[in-house]
Amino acid sequence: MADRDVGQEGDGTPGSGQLFPVSLTVNGAVHTVRVPARRLLSDCLRHDLRLTGTHVGCEHGVCGACTVLLDGVAVRSCLLLTVTADGGAITTVEGLAGPDGALSAVQQAFADCHGLQCGFCTPGFLTMITAALEQNPDPTPEQAREIIGGNLCRCTGYQNIVAAVLRAAELMRAGPA
Amino acid sequence: MKPPPFGYSRPGSVTQAVADLAAHGPDAKVLAGGQSLLPLLNMRLATPAHLVDINRLSELSYVSVGDGEVRIGALARHAQVLADRTVQAAQPLIGQALRLVAHPVIRNRGTTVGSIVHADPSGEMTAVLALLGGSVRLVSAAGERSVPAAEFFLGPLESDVREDELATEVTLPALGPRAGTAFAEVSRRSGDYAVCGVAVIAEVGDDGHMVSARAAYLSVAGTPLVLDLTEAGGPEDAARLATDRVSPGGDIHATAAYRRHLAGVLTRRALGAALAQAKERSVG
Repeated sequence: MADRDVGQEGDGTPGSGQLFPVSLTVNGAVHTVRVPARRLLSDCLRHDLRLTGTHVGCEHGVCGACTVLLDGVAVRSCLLLTVTADGGAITTVEGLAGPDGALSAVQQAFADCHGLQCGFCTPGFLTMITAALEQNPDPTPEQAREIIGGNLCRCTGYQNIVAAVLRAAELMRAGPA
Repeated sequence: MKPPPFGYSRPGSVTQAVADLAAHGPDAKVLAGGQSLLPLLNMRLATPAHLVDINRLSELSYVSVGDGEVRIGALARHAQVLADRTVQAAQPLIGQALRLVAHPVIRNRGTTVGSIVHADPSGEMTAVLALLGGSVRLVSAAGERSVPAAEFFLGPLESDVREDELATEVTLPALGPRAGTAFAEVSRRSGDYAVCGVAVIAEVGDDGHMVSARAAYLSVAGTPLVLDLTEAGGPEDAARLATDRVSPGGDIHATAAYRRHLAGVLTRRALGAALAQAKERSVG
């Protein structure tokens, strides 16, 4: 990705050099950053906070790789300005595992079902499925497909990801190991 | 794929928001859900000088039903409107359409009023407003006005919202007795823009026969195309009428002939479903 102009200030357009203080709680930790209005949340996470687990694919909301949770709701971080998210609580893929590094149910299900190959799209799938299973803990195979319908994967052919959604639901119902 | 620089304000009231719009003139743009505006910014197809972010105007994040109308505030997200059972009971077409708006994750953020103001000819909610009638409330520093649905869409991505105006609410009529609705569309993949789509509202008489029907088509013209199907009398003839009356364009996604074919097929399906619902409601 061409990131060379990210973070430049004062490039001649009125207002462009202005930095805005933004407070974000990311995976439980409070961060304060100063960013231009145009800083996408995906870039803030990756560049300002060095949380590179959130991946950036298409940058126009089509691929789903940058999906994060904002106040528990799955959103595209490439379609959200950092300034708009001010005061919000964000969960990225780095925040899914337990403090001891134990995989979450969704992560474990991806490992069990071979739900990833190259792994580029995986952070977006994991966050999306985590939020969806909160709302619907017992999805049908049809609903599992609907859950992941907005995320692109070029490797797996999706079948193992659908299986991972169902497996994750099973693990969550069984309770923490 | 990064937005161009712009000024930014995040007003805490509608009064402040319209003052910001007035202060920044023609190059200011309202940011609500951002699910259409941010792609346009990222691809630099839009270069507003200033964004007025209305995401803090929680007084606009309402959905209400009463007096035979559904009112949707400017900050109500698609997901919130879709989850509201009183809305679906009052006007089932809203839910039938919202289920087809992009993907759940986009519906979490995108606003229903925003998608109507955006006036995309492929937009499901654009067709719903055009079909049902209703109105859009616009507020500016100078006052407020209400624009009827029939006058709201001016062209592709162009609605009757002036530079200094904020659309605060969309009002849609509730469904009458003995009436039914349906939405049908074909897209390349689930969640994609429709190659062709149709929203239908139909009414049956005491004997269960169709007494009126109208349809709004998406992706076949620059603004939603509304057709009166009453003279057709039923789904088969309505399909023929639709095929005759639409004149879609062709592009990379579909030829004009295929879109015309779909208009007929989808009219038959949607009108059949709307009539079935109307009969069910008139018995119940």
